[in-house]
Amino acid sequence: MKLTGAQALIKSLEQEGVEVIFGLPGGAILPVYDPLIDSTIRHVLVRHEQGAGHMAEGYALATGRPGVAMVTSGPGATNIVTAISNAHMDSTPIVVITGQVASAAIGTDAFQECDITGITMGITKHNFLVRDVQDIPRAVAAAFHIATTGRPGPVLVDLPKDLAQSTMEWWYPSSLEELDLPGYQPAVAASPSLIEAASRLISDSSRPVLYVGGGALKSEAWDELRSFAERTQIPVVTTLMARGVFPDSHPLNLGMPGMHGVYSAVTALQRADLLITLGARFDDRVTGKVSAFAPEARVIHVDIDAAEHHKVRRADVAIRSDVKTVLRAWESERVLPRDLSEWWGQINEWRAQYPLVYDPPTEEGLLRPQAVIEAIAESAPAGTIVTSGVGQHQMWASQFWPFEEPRTWVNSGGAGTMGFGVPAAIGAKAGRPERTVWCIDGDGCFQMTAQELVTARAEGIPIKVAILNNAYLGMVRQWQEMFYEERYSEVYLSPDLPDYVKWAEAMGCVGLRATNLAEMRAAIDKANSIHDVPVVIDFRTDSSEKVFPMVAAGASNDDIMVHPLQRSAQ
Amino acid sequence: MNTPEPFLGDVPHSPVRHHILSVLVENKSGVLARVAGLFARRGFNIFSLAVAPAETSARFSRITIVVDAESAPLEQIVGQLSKLVNVVSISDLAPKDAIERELMLATIRTNVDDRTGLLDVVGTSGAAIVDVDSHSVTLMLSGTPAACDVLERELENYDTLELHRTGRVALPRLGKRASA
Repeated sequence: MKLTGAQALIKSLEQEGVEVIFGLPGGAILPVYDPLIDSTIRHVLVRHEQGAGHMAEGYALATGRPGVAMVTSGPGATNIVTAISNAHMDSTPIVVITGQVASAAIGTDAFQECDITGITMGITKHNFLVRDVQDIPRAVAAAFHIATTGRPGPVLVDLPKDLAQSTMEWWYPSSLEELDLPGYQPAVAASPSLIEAASRLISDSSRPVLYVGGGALKSEAWDELRSFAERTQIPVVTTLMARGVFPDSHPLNLGMPGMHGVYSAVTALQRADLLITLGARFDDRVTGKVSAFAPEARVIHVDIDAAEHHKVRRADVAIRSDVKTVLRAWESERVLPRDLSEWWGQINEWRAQYPLVYDPPTEEGLLRPQAVIEAIAESAPAGTIVTSGVGQHQMWASQFWPFEEPRTWVNSGGAGTMGFGVPAAIGAKAGRPERTVWCIDGDGCFQMTAQELVTARAEGIPIKVAILNNAYLGMVRQWQEMFYEERYSEVYLSPDLPDYVKWAEAMGCVGLRATNLAEMRAAIDKANSIHDVPVVIDFRTDSSEKVFPMVAAGASNDDIMVHPLQRSAQ
Repeated sequence: MNTPEPFLGDVPHSPVRHHILSVLVENKSGVLARVAGLFARRGFNIFSLAVAPAETSARFSRITIVVDAESAPLEQIVGQLSKLVNVVSISDLAPKDAIERELMLATIRTNVDDRTGLLDVVGTSGAAIVDVDSHSVTLMLSGTPAACDVLERELENYDTLELHRTGRVALPRLGKRASA
């Protein structure tokens, strides 16, 4: 069967089971948009290419399937770079198709030419510049294979326009050998002797903590994690990337560790004699000052990526494996730590003394952002997916939203990409349309990618957006208040400019505003009653609110600052 | 004077902080940029790097990289390198387990009637004269990096117009083969 390169690309995506592409056409990718008309694949037309990338990420994080974005060459490609970098930092499987100028024009500074494979070399798991039309199926199949196996990540396929227009004889790789990836061996068998060595460390521990990261979600290890934790009674902390992998309501879950982690989670890691690290990478936002992190702990480090072992913290036992396999092995060995009653006694004291708190809201004052999040959560159906941007609102969302289910928390962790929330919510909702999707956003983040609400309305993707509008770049403001003697530099945004309600309405959404508790409840109720169009609520929140607990950048986790309400007790 | 044994001086005198990675890669465009880019962005230092087609087939090339094992732990360098999809295999050679060789070319300004001293150096170092004209000679030494170091120091006493070293290539000593 003869196909054009463009037809072969679309057919290859169909072969991979792609159900939706987030994209925006342009000159170099134009030939590919023609066969798309005849495809079963849905296309979501974004308003900016960065949005396409974050939508693909949101789709992947909410569904566990790879997200796909397609853009044109030059500025189309560079606009999606931020999302690629974000996916790289968070190991999110996405495949990005970029158009490229015609093969003969490459290297001549042609119109809308840019070296996108060069630009993204350091921020993709791998990328391809296709040089032969016959190779299109192989490139696409290899891209999906690489993106979704081992430690997942973004893969970019750059397709010169002339290849899309030329003809090929259709084929599709039917085996891994045909992908021609002699250097790619993601599958590893966990070493039984290392699993055994780790078991001995567990048996020998009396203050263990399960330090659970995003890798536990990637390997879909939630059932195994729960059985293991319940049988061993080892306390669990879930990093920002792992929220939802273990229910927040579970008594063994201490919550999030790190810079804005729960006191008991942070301190349990600090005082532990054993860290059972599952798909986490000792990020600086978790460890604080590395030399002062968990000083008494031995370390078991399970990671599918061997390069994470000993990168930040030397492990006593480093196991290259997915999380699920190791948990299953430990389960079959029935490994148990020593008596943990003293350890739990200590942890429960910390829990009782330093729970997450915030200043009580008043009926008439500005809203407490934490109260807004709790109120939304209380009225949200079970299984609601939450996305966020980056900053204070993100930390509050992670702290105060009760996550009970895997893949219900979609956020930007490693890269810290402001503006992630709205497009990620659209991608999540496109992938799981039966779920309610709330984006908890900040006013600064919202302004970065809000135009994608036009996409959401036009494509019939009814997400809900809660802007915690404190009129500031809040996290920067918090640092300036605490560490720069309240010298506020370039952080004020204004609560009224733009007018978020009018802006929402202009984009075809329902716009609501809430300035006090009564309006907050009414606005949330109204939003919950709307199922056909996106809703945006402008919640006016108190700009003096800060995220606590907090460990200052570069400080030891021992020097955690709790909420002012708790300081007299300290 | 510390004169090395020419050609056969196979016990390296180079500092121990370096490590040799013999990296088999797919022979595809951009692969060298991927390897070099990885070293740059991770802050790993390279002492030298040599690329050539590998013995097995035209599909592969071998990159010999001499890395600064003090700029980052070797396991971290190998671990990150292994993740490049185009990297097929990595042999990590400790200097004592490797045969290392390097090639040096140097052009020295010297008149026809004033070459005795230089010819002496050439003779004792095991170098060879590969080009001559009336006012200069070009010598070549292929030997251990240490032998090249010694000759380079010797040549400081002469008017060296140009000097070029290839950077080392290496293979495991027989009986010491191990790969990562």
